[in-house]
Amino acid sequence: MSAVMNNQAKNGSQSHSPQNAPLGTSKGANEETLAKQLALVIDLNVCVGCHACVTSCKQWNTSGSAGPLADLNAYGANPSGTFFNRVQTWEAGEYPATETVHFPKSCLHCEDPPCVPVCPTGASYKRKEDGIVLVDYDKCIGCKYCAWACPYGARELDEERQVMTKCTLCVDRIYNEKLAPEERKPACVMACPTGARLFGDVKDPESEVSKAIRERGGYSLMPEWETQPANQYLPRLIREAQEF
Amino acid sequence: MHPAWSVIFFTVLAGMGQGFFLMLVRADAAGADPFALAIGGAASVVLMCIGLACSFFHLGHPMRAWRAMAMWRTSWLSREVIVLPLTIGVVALWSLAQLYGWQALGEKTTLWVGAAGVLLCFALWFCTGMIYACIRFLREWAHWLTLLNFTLLGWMSGATLFAAYWEGLYGANESDRAIAGALTLTLAGAVARLASLARNKNLKPLSTPQSAIGMKTAKLKQMSQGATGGSFNTREFFHGKSALVVRNVKWIALGLAFALPAVLLFGATKAPALWILVLAAVSQLLGLLAERWLFFAQANHPQNIYYQAVA
Repeated sequence: MSAVMNNQAKNGSQSHSPQNAPLGTSKGANEETLAKQLALVIDLNVCVGCHACVTSCKQWNTSGSAGPLADLNAYGANPSGTFFNRVQTWEAGEYPATETVHFPKSCLHCEDPPCVPVCPTGASYKRKEDGIVLVDYDKCIGCKYCAWACPYGARELDEERQVMTKCTLCVDRIYNEKLAPEERKPACVMACPTGARLFGDVKDPESEVSKAIRERGGYSLMPEWETQPANQYLPRLIREAQEF
Repeated sequence: MHPAWSVIFFTVLAGMGQGFFLMLVRADAAGADPFALAIGGAASVVLMCIGLACSFFHLGHPMRAWRAMAMWRTSWLSREVIVLPLTIGVVALWSLAQLYGWQALGEKTTLWVGAAGVLLCFALWFCTGMIYACIRFLREWAHWLTLLNFTLLGWMSGATLFAAYWEGLYGANESDRAIAGALTLTLAGAVARLASLARNKNLKPLSTPQSAIGMKTAKLKQMSQGATGGSFNTREFFHGKSALVVRNVKWIALGLAFALPAVLLFGATKAPALWILVLAAVSQLLGLLAERWLFFAQANHPQNIYYQAVA
């Protein structure tokens, strides 16, 4: 067992509580803090659950050089396909004080992404220059181990291409000089009719996203796993204040 | 998790091959016939190679499998991919050394090669176990019992196979130690697996809908997961069977992998017979397939919290 102990000692600087990590080694790929971290901040106050971000994400990402995002049985009883982004609907509270919460869900581009170190080929990686977690489709062997190692279920194996896929933060839009500067944003952000999706560098304290997180109580999903998601959510403030 | 048959067959068969090899090396140390050991070593190689072949069926791109050796610094899967062919190679070398009586390292050549093979077998079990144990939020797996179980269950099935092999070759007087060893390992494996089952039963999930969505309301339920026809997320992370099926698989696993072989092996200590030991080995193999299915099925992935309701 000494190897386990050594690994825990090595990762001591970023160790998590012992009950979470009896055998911790899936950490460690991202020792240093990046200077820039692009991310989405999603405002749950204004998301109306229209799925425009879902369809625009699919449209942009199925049309790119990486190849289509497969749809299986698209016109059958049980259509299924690869999506980088989903909008879920939840019900919070007890009737009659219930509240419908639309909850967009995509890769959170964790600052300590557990999906990256487990990848046996190096196909999964986190970009040093902007913190985006990406998959090199040419190196991916389709073993699905990274999907197992993501607590959020943010990765989907494309059933036709047989490689792991995930949100790229539209890396092929945001630096694309053929697009007008105001369009160099992820497709989901462009599509959102209510402005529920903010995009920017969470390491820049003056950015729109940093201000929103700071001033409006931005929070991480499943903080218990200490993945440090870059994407954050803005809480439903008004109703929660009444209830609690 | 969704149990993948490719991985189930791989871990069970390779584990059996590793355990079988360990018993062969012990027999070599006791001065067994080199030809019998060489044939046994070949069988161990075959078991591990079938396992390796099965593992390829888990991959979306099997032709790119060689790339999996790249990230050994961080990935236990990568480490396993390196250690497995090394182990097969050393066991094959050991078998050839037995067959041709190689003495390149002196009289004890086969013992030195055998010791390297034994170390690699343990390293392989460790890598395989850590693939599962290092995923901290799959709490059924993230425990040292996972490592112990991969080791003990593989070793025990190999030892039972070895007892049958030795009984078939030499009959009652020579197989005493092999049968006693298989029985001891089977009982030890049963204790370790029961311990992990008991631990699983008492595990409380750390992630909740509240932590998954980030709302503190006591009542929080999903109305729609965002897709009506299922997705990779609904297929990959749940076994898709009823609780009754899982419970039945558990009893089948415990019965075939531990209880029946233990009774048969105990019987064989009194009245050794080849058919008893072959039955014990086959029962253990089938039981371990069920055990490995259960190992996957019992692991609760926190992402399932996000996939509770269709619409």
